[in-house]
Amino acid sequence: MDFYLTALLQGLCFSGIALGIYISMKIFNIPDITTDGSYTLGSMVTAVMLTHQQSLYTTLIASVVAGAVAGALTGVIHTKLKINALLSGILVMTALYSVNLVVAGRSNIPLIGTASLYSAITFVTDLNLNTLIVLLGVVAVLTALIGYLLKTDFGIAMRATGNSETMIRALGVNTDRMKIIGLALANALTALSGFFITQQQGYADISMGIGIVITGLGSVIIAESLINWLQITSVWTSLMLVLLGAIIFQMVLALTLALGVDANMLKAVTAIFVLIIVSLPRLKLLNRYD
Amino acid sequence: MIEVNNVTKIFNRGKANEVTAIRQLNLHIAAQQYVVIVGSNGSGKSTLLNLIAGNTMASSGDIKLDGQVVTRLPDYRRSEWIARVFQNPLSGTAPDLSILDNFRLAALRTRPKSLRIGTTEAFKKQVQDKIAVLGMGLENKVQQAMGTLSGGQRQALTLLMSVMDECRVLLLDEPTAALDPRSADLVMRTAEELIKTFKLTAILITHNLKDAFNYGNRLLFMSEGQILKDYSREEKLILTQNDLFELFG
Repeated sequence: MDFYLTALLQGLCFSGIALGIYISMKIFNIPDITTDGSYTLGSMVTAVMLTHQQSLYTTLIASVVAGAVAGALTGVIHTKLKINALLSGILVMTALYSVNLVVAGRSNIPLIGTASLYSAITFVTDLNLNTLIVLLGVVAVLTALIGYLLKTDFGIAMRATGNSETMIRALGVNTDRMKIIGLALANALTALSGFFITQQQGYADISMGIGIVITGLGSVIIAESLINWLQITSVWTSLMLVLLGAIIFQMVLALTLALGVDANMLKAVTAIFVLIIVSLPRLKLLNRYD
Repeated sequence: MIEVNNVTKIFNRGKANEVTAIRQLNLHIAAQQYVVIVGSNGSGKSTLLNLIAGNTMASSGDIKLDGQVVTRLPDYRRSEWIARVFQNPLSGTAPDLSILDNFRLAALRTRPKSLRIGTTEAFKKQVQDKIAVLGMGLENKVQQAMGTLSGGQRQALTLLMSVMDECRVLLLDEPTAALDPRSADLVMRTAEELIKTFKLTAILITHNLKDAFNYGNRLLFMSEGQILKDYSREEKLILTQNDLFELFG
């Protein structure tokens, strides 16, 4: 049971990445893999600030802003220098590896006796359960904020930017600026996941972000399958499904480990799992001539 | 309203595939003129429209809208004056957004898109009333995604969207090229009505000589990046479809 609770907690921690990838990939139609770097950046900033006795509040803001700056940088490289989005992301991600090492001063920072979001407010004495309640609350607020944003006039313009660029430019939107803001937002959310997970696992590590983008992609792809299957058009429901996707993704990984699969094989299992979700709707073995 | 002064547009300058799309072109369009431009493929009609809209920048010369120099302004700034209907019905609307959301953006063409929810019940009612005019029964489907509609429906809605906010110049780039005859007719008639009602200055590019004959109060014939013929309202009235056809000969 504890096993699945941990998976649930991780899923909730990763909701930031999932929402971030949802914004960059589904809303802006930009494949952004700055994620690997901005996640670690958020995590490292959190660890450094907390071990230097900064308040949770300032730490939260600092890590989110750091992520936003990283994302904006990818956005500027992509839009102003007209470099392919994927390459822009790779460049920033690569550079962030060094930045993260410099920020941290070493490759691993354990959090011992530091402030934690999950014990800031005590609802129940069981730490794991308390973490769950806090995370559920925070993620609910986060989803509400993004849901609201996407419904505002600015949010509609964001959605149109990824959907019909010619149209939205003709309607007076500077799409370059919009994409930079979008990537900043996506990576701020990713860094927020770093903030969550660092406190949940109790340390920050330089290699923790390697391949993390797949977590977000997997979550969003699970959500997308559900969205298409259930023909969802509501923004709110879509966001909820993205969160659900993040949780399902962690659950499947937990299940794999529980089944006795070697932990070294976890990344391979992850990749195969994502492949299966992506290809399932396309295989259509049952109605091949549809 | 629109002034194009000595504008030249050269694509791929200095390369083997250098093309002069527009050659030292001068064009003055007064307010409330409805100008129809005809000409064969490659004559520079679309480039001229793109230069006015700001999608491409002039290599030399200058462009004024309502007395203001806009030569270096990007397209999203010129939207303050200009609304566009594209040749491809898919370009003028966002397919994954609802009809209502599309109209909301159009209603904010000249204004910033703020962090406020603008798709209120009152706005929805306003959009429904506008759409009802088309008689397509779309007024009860405003929450439906734009992409579920036909090309004709989308093009007609794009036209209506152009007058959701203050509009002074309407650019129609072969708006009916991708449509069946009935939808094409509806779109052309809707355009005519909007141009009259809102006293718009409009430019229509078309390959349909019947439309060129029936609509507008000034007719231009373009060839090789220049305006070869310019018929005023009176001259256009005595023009026959045959005369038009012979221009292409």
